[in-house]
Amino acid sequence: MSRPRNQWLLPLSVFVALLLGLLPLPAMLLPLRPYWLALVVAYWVIEDPDRAGLGFAFAMGVLADVAFGGLLGEQALRLTVMAFILQRFRAQLRFFPLSQQALAIGGLLINDRVVSAAVHFALGEPQLPWSFWWAPLLGMLLWGPLFLLLDGFRLGRRG
Amino acid sequence: MPAYAGSPAPRSGDVAGTLRLLAYLALAITLIVLDHRGGWLAQIRERSQLLVQPLWWLAGAPARLGAEVHDDASTRARLADENRVLRNALLISGARMSRLQAAAAENARLRGLLGAGRREGLDVQLAPILDVDLDPTRQRLLLDAGSRDGVEVGQTVIDAGGLVGQIIAVLPTTATVLLITDPDHAVPVVVARTGVRLVAYGKGRSDRLELANVPLSSDIKVGDRIVTSGLGGRFPAGFAVGQVMSLQPDDSRAFLVGQLKPAAQLDRGRDVLLLKSGSAIRSVGSNAVATEPVRPAATSLGQQMPATTKAQSQAQAPASPAGQQATSNLQPRPVPPEPTP
Repeated sequence: MSRPRNQWLLPLSVFVALLLGLLPLPAMLLPLRPYWLALVVAYWVIEDPDRAGLGFAFAMGVLADVAFGGLLGEQALRLTVMAFILQRFRAQLRFFPLSQQALAIGGLLINDRVVSAAVHFALGEPQLPWSFWWAPLLGMLLWGPLFLLLDGFRLGRRG
Repeated sequence: MPAYAGSPAPRSGDVAGTLRLLAYLALAITLIVLDHRGGWLAQIRERSQLLVQPLWWLAGAPARLGAEVHDDASTRARLADENRVLRNALLISGARMSRLQAAAAENARLRGLLGAGRREGLDVQLAPILDVDLDPTRQRLLLDAGSRDGVEVGQTVIDAGGLVGQIIAVLPTTATVLLITDPDHAVPVVVARTGVRLVAYGKGRSDRLELANVPLSSDIKVGDRIVTSGLGGRFPAGFAVGQVMSLQPDDSRAFLVGQLKPAAQLDRGRDVLLLKSGSAIRSVGSNAVATEPVRPAATSLGQQMPATTKAQSQAQAPASPAGQQATSNLQPRPVPPEPTP
């Protein structure tokens, strides 16, 4: 069970992820913006399954939809799918070295792009440009640092 | 799932997990469909957006800070340079202004003679853009002005070049603008040269608009200026919308499809102008169509009757420069030269 000491880390990380998602970027860099929220949700689903499950992912998705002003429910759907897959393979993922974990997360982020494209297609909304498919790659590269950072905060505070 | 009925515990956990996944997916899809259709969800959304406003403000903060630092860091030489250029520009615009003032005074006199009623200047309000990318597939802007500053839903948004869009949502300190390039947006327009009536649709790209279903026989060619027609009453007439870049037959070969380059600078600039609703439509309408009464002129434009074409081009000729004056007039500051009493 989580201790009260590090209770603040989860909401704080989600808040920062939302901020990073909204941060205005030059148009050139826009396609490269990694899906921060997915990375953070993935971390919590893997590391703290007691607090973060499907419901958590869904709630964060709705929150992000409201915050980004996008289609309500889209990110909820994407994050729920991701959290479900993560839960299924959580036992394996936890014992992967960080590089393999990053690969798996990269796969999940690409899958997330596919889900998003499918939703847009189903509703007849315009698709994101192809350059946006680079974002999962960057997300994959960022998984290692993010994981170590969050782990450092979480475990450092615990001890 | 009867096959799993007798399975051991982890299996049933899996089944429960799958069921929960399905429940959440159904919930998410319901939300998506409800939101896509619009309706009562829109109200909840509006409420909730009030809560995320501080988040937007915070996310926009680094950009604002960066802009400030950048401004501060611009060198003295550049400032001096700019100063010189601006001085020149000021001289030129001063000259232009005095000419305009003369024209405006004459206009006012004529108007007084016609008994056309009191002269109304354009009533505008400057609103800074809050630099937050909302969603790349939706062409919207967030303004740093809301209902506290008197912004209302439906107000027309313009910039120095021309029409930008309209206000679709207002919160106490921010407002959302639907750009004319949003895929959900269409604006009634006329070709400034000939008065052919058309509709310009957004395509989701900030450098393109589309004129769909243009009859093959209509008098339109590449390079034509397109202005708002004022039909429908949402946008005042005479604001520049764009310029025709290309005309191609559409898939059916029965109509043309025109590509427009928007006149407004939709993807740059830090401020836009909001026309005060109500007065704007009347005043710009009467400005743009000069001495002609608004309605008859507008309707005659659309009817492609040979008998009216001449009258049309006559009516249109003074109309478009007047409209342009009105817009360029706005640019430095709302300075419709009022005849001082």
